[in-house]
Amino acid sequence: MFYSRGCPVSRTTAPLGTSISSPATRPPNLIQFLFNGFVDVIDRLMAPLQNRLGVQRMAYIFVLPNLLIFGIFIILPMILNLSYAFTGSTELFPADRPFIGGDNFARLFECTNFLDPNTCREDVYWRAIYNSTAFVIVQVAFMVIMALISALALNRKIILRAFFRSVFFYPVLLSPVVVALIWKWILQQDGLLNAVIVSLGGTRVPFLLSADWARLWVILISVWAQMGFFTLILLAGLQAIPSELYEAASIDGASPWASFWKITLPLLTPTMTVVLVLALIRAVQVFDQVVPFTNGGPGTATTYMVQYIYNTGFTNQTREYGLAAAASVLMALILFTLTIVQLRVTRAGQNEA
Amino acid sequence: MKKSHLLLGLIVILMLAATSITVFAQDPVELRITWYNDSNEGEVLRDLLDRFEAENPDIRVVVDTIPYDAILNQLPVDVQAGEGPDMARVTDQAAYRGFYLDLRPLVADAAYWDESFPAAALAALREEGDESGLYGFPNQFTVSAPYINRTLFEQAGIEVPSDSMDAVSWEEWTEAAASVAQATGTPYAITMDRSGHRFAGPMFSQGATLFNEDGTLTIDSEGFRSMAQILVDWHTRGLTPVEVWVGSGGTYSAGADFFINGQVVMYMSGSWQVGRFANDIGDAFDWAVVPNPTGPGGSTGMPGGTFMVAFGDTEHPAEVARVMDYLASADVLREFSERSLFIPAHLGLGELNFATENALAEAALVTFASEVPKLTDQAYQLQYGGQGFAINNPIRDRLTQVIAGELSLDDAVARIQQDIDDALATAGQ
Repeated sequence: MFYSRGCPVSRTTAPLGTSISSPATRPPNLIQFLFNGFVDVIDRLMAPLQNRLGVQRMAYIFVLPNLLIFGIFIILPMILNLSYAFTGSTELFPADRPFIGGDNFARLFECTNFLDPNTCREDVYWRAIYNSTAFVIVQVAFMVIMALISALALNRKIILRAFFRSVFFYPVLLSPVVVALIWKWILQQDGLLNAVIVSLGGTRVPFLLSADWARLWVILISVWAQMGFFTLILLAGLQAIPSELYEAASIDGASPWASFWKITLPLLTPTMTVVLVLALIRAVQVFDQVVPFTNGGPGTATTYMVQYIYNTGFTNQTREYGLAAAASVLMALILFTLTIVQLRVTRAGQNEA
Repeated sequence: MKKSHLLLGLIVILMLAATSITVFAQDPVELRITWYNDSNEGEVLRDLLDRFEAENPDIRVVVDTIPYDAILNQLPVDVQAGEGPDMARVTDQAAYRGFYLDLRPLVADAAYWDESFPAAALAALREEGDESGLYGFPNQFTVSAPYINRTLFEQAGIEVPSDSMDAVSWEEWTEAAASVAQATGTPYAITMDRSGHRFAGPMFSQGATLFNEDGTLTIDSEGFRSMAQILVDWHTRGLTPVEVWVGSGGTYSAGADFFINGQVVMYMSGSWQVGRFANDIGDAFDWAVVPNPTGPGGSTGMPGGTFMVAFGDTEHPAEVARVMDYLASADVLREFSERSLFIPAHLGLGELNFATENALAEAALVTFASEVPKLTDQAYQLQYGGQGFAINNPIRDRLTQVIAGELSLDDAVARIQQDIDDALATAGQ
């Protein structure tokens, strides 16, 4: 390679595809041959550029493609979103939209009593905020506890451990829409579960038509669908705990319960914190699974923040892009705060390590 | 030597022929129609377009059939963003004002269009101040009215109220349907599509008046509250399937499946369901359309229908106009209506010979036709006045919140008024 740790090193001059490995030391390998050829081509393309820019500036060349993609698909939409948030009308193109200052934000915050959505002008927004808050608290707590229990179980030497690890992780591979539709077929009024209940002599339960039931099922299903991912992270954290600590504790006569509280939990805390923050961010963004499952109903019982933004901007007959953009700016602030917390916690964990 | 020359000459001729075919045989212009189906009308359209393409080999028309929800939610955004199709079948015609293609200078005979379609319908596509734009045509006229399962009435031994009375109120229909459901063990008595449009007819019949003489708009009225309370009571009394209004989140939802499956005695919907019911119910039971219930405001349903429109961002306006001319022609519209069992909005088709052996479907179409003269001015104004976009969904969504126990009726009335005012202000009206 021509570039290593910021210093130029020897540049290959051998014919294309023949550098790096020697046929005398290794048998010829087609993949390696192609790889070497590819590296040589890149090398020859980059060498003149490096001569012109210098080694230090080459980093910008490598970052450029990703920066462009990030700029076009993340930064530009964020700027556009801000412009929508401060403009009005139903026009789609920013140039056609009149500047209205902070009116959209003022409309969202027009409340007599913030604890009672009925006193707010945009009551559905505040219902969505409260729904999201309740969802985040309950779902994240339940998720972390269940993921921890699963990780602890799967960390033990049990029969069919690899099989169970796969089973727990499998729902993560499913599309959120597929998860939602499967569970909807099970839980709807004429669904599988109610058919079983009726066949056993019971009466249909309004799993998706009662606010409390619908909220409960949204939480349970999101935990079912995502738990495997967090279990995997916690499992990795558990396996990083030195086994000598448990052996020493055992010699000292510590019970498994004491080992869990005195060894496992403290040493797993950094991983737990990362899991907690990741789960929080994901829970705040809940949307794709809920729309095909309950579509925010019954009433607005399972309407969360992202769906409010989506409905306001795209499904209401009057498309209030500005109001939706203002709500998404506020949500971005929440996510930004959570991300800062995650970064600090992760850094604190690294410093401790 | 001679043979090789001959072979060479042949190859040269073949190459020249291939080149000339490539040069002169142009690909046909491809146009796209975004469409949705209530029944079999998509098949009929395709059949008609196949004939058009056979006579016009330079045009190929692709029909993209999407769910009705996507017509309401996705298509307006696509069109605004300049990513819309060339043509579309729409019901929310006001949402696209300013984005239509003016066909007047492009069609073969604009006077034919002016004479063949109701002036109010053509005007419904125009922006304020525009008095001549020709942007499409109504390809189906609809009226909302209730369907009943007549077989269930017979099984219950209860007379259909409209068989013996000229004017039957919503309250009387509710009690009759409830009695039939109870007597026959039918799960539900009555239901209505979850739609502000569907609620509007009964609301006007109960005496609601939305539009004031000074041009303002007031939702709160005895009539509105009366019909809202009837709808809420259906739910609290367990007379209606909760799924339709409460279980659909924030979207349109039809109760047709409950009716087709014989699970509900009475179903408030509209004429667009006739074809589907003729096909899907078959001879499972006798069904009928009954006149819109009568109240202090009369006995009105809601007018409506679908429009075939062309969009201004098309790259082939001349070809689009040819397709639109074809689809708007009397013969094509007659066949489209007869085979789809749709009431045409064309003024000059005369008597239609609907393509059905189903006497129930024929009778239903006759009843729907008899509902047209009873439609009130308020109903027409809501449908074609250009403010329906701000009214229908707030009514639907806020009443759902009342049914779900999130709002009182008083709160809902205030919220609907505010939603309407906000929507009109945002839209600059």
